[in-house]
Amino acid sequence: MPRAEPPDQSVIEISKLSTRFGDHVVHAELDLEVHRAEIFALIGGSGSGKSTLLREMILLQRPDAGTIRVLGVDLQDLGDEETIALRQRWGVMFQHGGLFGSLTVRQNIGLPLREHTRLDDALIDEIAAWKLAMTGLEPEVGMQYPSELSGGMMKRASLARALALDPELLFLDEPTAGLDPESAGEVDQLVRKLRDQFGLTIVIITHDLDLLWQVADRAAVLAEGKVQGIGSMIELSRMDNPAIQKYFDGPRGRAAQEQARTEAQGDQSGGSPSSKPK
Amino acid sequence: MDENRSCELPCSRFDSWLKIGDFRLLFRTLAYIRAMAFHLPCTATMNRLSLTPAAIAQPTPGELALSGSWTARGIGAIQPQLNAVSSTSGSGKVVDGARIEALDTAGAWVLQKLLRRLGNEGTAVKIRDLRPEFAQLLEVAGRQATLQADSESTVAGAPSSPLEGVGRAAAATVEQVVALLGFVGESAVALAGCVARPARFRWRPILYNIRTAGFDALPIVGLLSFLLGIVVAYQGADQLRQYGANIFVADLVGLSMLREFAPLITAIIVAGRSGSAYAAQIGTMAVTEEIDAMRTLGIAPLDLLVLPKIIALMIALPLLTVFADVLGVFGGMIMARAQLGVGFGEFLERFVKAVSPTAYLIGICKAPVFAAIIAVVGCFQGFRTKGGADSVGRQTTRSVVQSIFLVIVCDALFSIAFSALDL
Repeated sequence: MPRAEPPDQSVIEISKLSTRFGDHVVHAELDLEVHRAEIFALIGGSGSGKSTLLREMILLQRPDAGTIRVLGVDLQDLGDEETIALRQRWGVMFQHGGLFGSLTVRQNIGLPLREHTRLDDALIDEIAAWKLAMTGLEPEVGMQYPSELSGGMMKRASLARALALDPELLFLDEPTAGLDPESAGEVDQLVRKLRDQFGLTIVIITHDLDLLWQVADRAAVLAEGKVQGIGSMIELSRMDNPAIQKYFDGPRGRAAQEQARTEAQGDQSGGSPSSKPK
Repeated sequence: MDENRSCELPCSRFDSWLKIGDFRLLFRTLAYIRAMAFHLPCTATMNRLSLTPAAIAQPTPGELALSGSWTARGIGAIQPQLNAVSSTSGSGKVVDGARIEALDTAGAWVLQKLLRRLGNEGTAVKIRDLRPEFAQLLEVAGRQATLQADSESTVAGAPSSPLEGVGRAAAATVEQVVALLGFVGESAVALAGCVARPARFRWRPILYNIRTAGFDALPIVGLLSFLLGIVVAYQGADQLRQYGANIFVADLVGLSMLREFAPLITAIIVAGRSGSAYAAQIGTMAVTEEIDAMRTLGIAPLDLLVLPKIIALMIALPLLTVFADVLGVFGGMIMARAQLGVGFGEFLERFVKAVSPTAYLIGICKAPVFAAIIAVVGCFQGFRTKGGADSVGRQTTRSVVQSIFLVIVCDALFSIAFSALDL
């Protein structure tokens, strides 16, 4: 097993990753690196292989070639026990929540603790209530079933479950999709808070331009099976690759950019990685 | 909630400073603090792999020494030990946290509970040498615990008694019966509407349902009623042989199959086969909002989903019953020849005399009633599906149990009615 990495080392390293579905090439020798304690966004059009990449990073799918190292562990040749140990070190929030419909929200959040630790039930319930509060949900929500929740609450509950085991790495799949602007804004804040408070490394798949401009430290644009550009949003906006520019042209892209710029006025380095502590 | 706010505050304030402008120095300081903060969970988590379980020792009565990983996986073993720790000396207590290697939220929670309990027991507790980052987490846990303790007293309702459970179950049953009656009424109105305007009948789904619920069920219905005929003849054979009344096996098999067993076994198979499918289909459609989509498109779900099923099943089930009659009697005939030496010719001769057409018609006329029960209950339970996959499964089970229950109750009522009418 790998041991204590220096803090500025990469949490995720992907090199020469190739994935194919039949004749369809999803990833062609893709390279990517995510640093510790950064909020990293994966963007790209539909079918650009973002979700496949995420599934490969969280051991739900195997690439055809190339290596992926997550938290210093090579995903290629993992034994069963190593797999379980590694899975406890990350949390995943799925696009549609992935909450178990037969369990209450509190039971959903407590499930990883019940499975992987020897804590007693009362304690698990209390910890679950804390996680619930961490994501900004009322205590009463814990008693409800996922089917009774609104979309925003469902995402928060799913996030609370992802945080159950205090992961080092958090994967968020479309955390703001299908939310009203206010809830989406709250998710923005929540993501940032989690990073700042717990030093989490967060990988986000998103289309939400506001989320990208407000929260992401760095972003990678995926297209044609490769990373077309990587860097802070400001750096990306200066690249003239057409696949990247799609994100910055158009009225929505410009509006989000404009807003971010006015907010960051006076200190240009606010959103760039150079200012980010390593 | 408040706890979140307070943690959020420094960052948001920091953002607004950025907005205002040139607080570079401040920014660097804050960035430095953040950088410091980042290292903590990293060091905490790194040790997870080579986990030293949390431990608690009491070198002197007034001191508690904590060590090891106070994390979700590390604290499992020391829980009983924690509960045993109490303030033996009434004075003060010092908790030494210098050798805590890692602390996560679960560990912080347990630790704050311990401190709180010691505090409540009247000991002045002092914690010392805790790493600043751990102290911060512990403080957050403590604030959250205060909040949770406050809210719990208000949230916790009265504990539910068995009597309350009975009452709730009864209320739910009554509610369901009323809803079922309502559904029957709605279906009847829809049916009347279709009869008034026959163009509204949807023949294609009706024919499709006749095929899936009727024709496709022929093998299983045939096989089971054949076996049932064999069983009835076989069980009767011993008794009849004792009295030398071998030929009366035709009466036994004929009357029991035609009047009771064939309609009942067919209805039960169809309830399990088609009733459950109706519930699952409509239930899944309800979950995926297809039913709502249908309503908004101006298509009545009852017309499209329910009526064709009821009509198709009311046509298919009597036909299946006839098929079951034939195979059941055939099974009885085979057994009569093998066990009692009653040949096919003799059997059929006696069969015609013993079994009147009334007995046959009584069996057949039950079938449409059973069909209506199965289709209505299946569709009704489908429409009651709410939520997700779990609910679909529950409603499907319920549809099968309830339709079989109602079919048997209805069969009993038929028996009473027919005996009153001397049929």
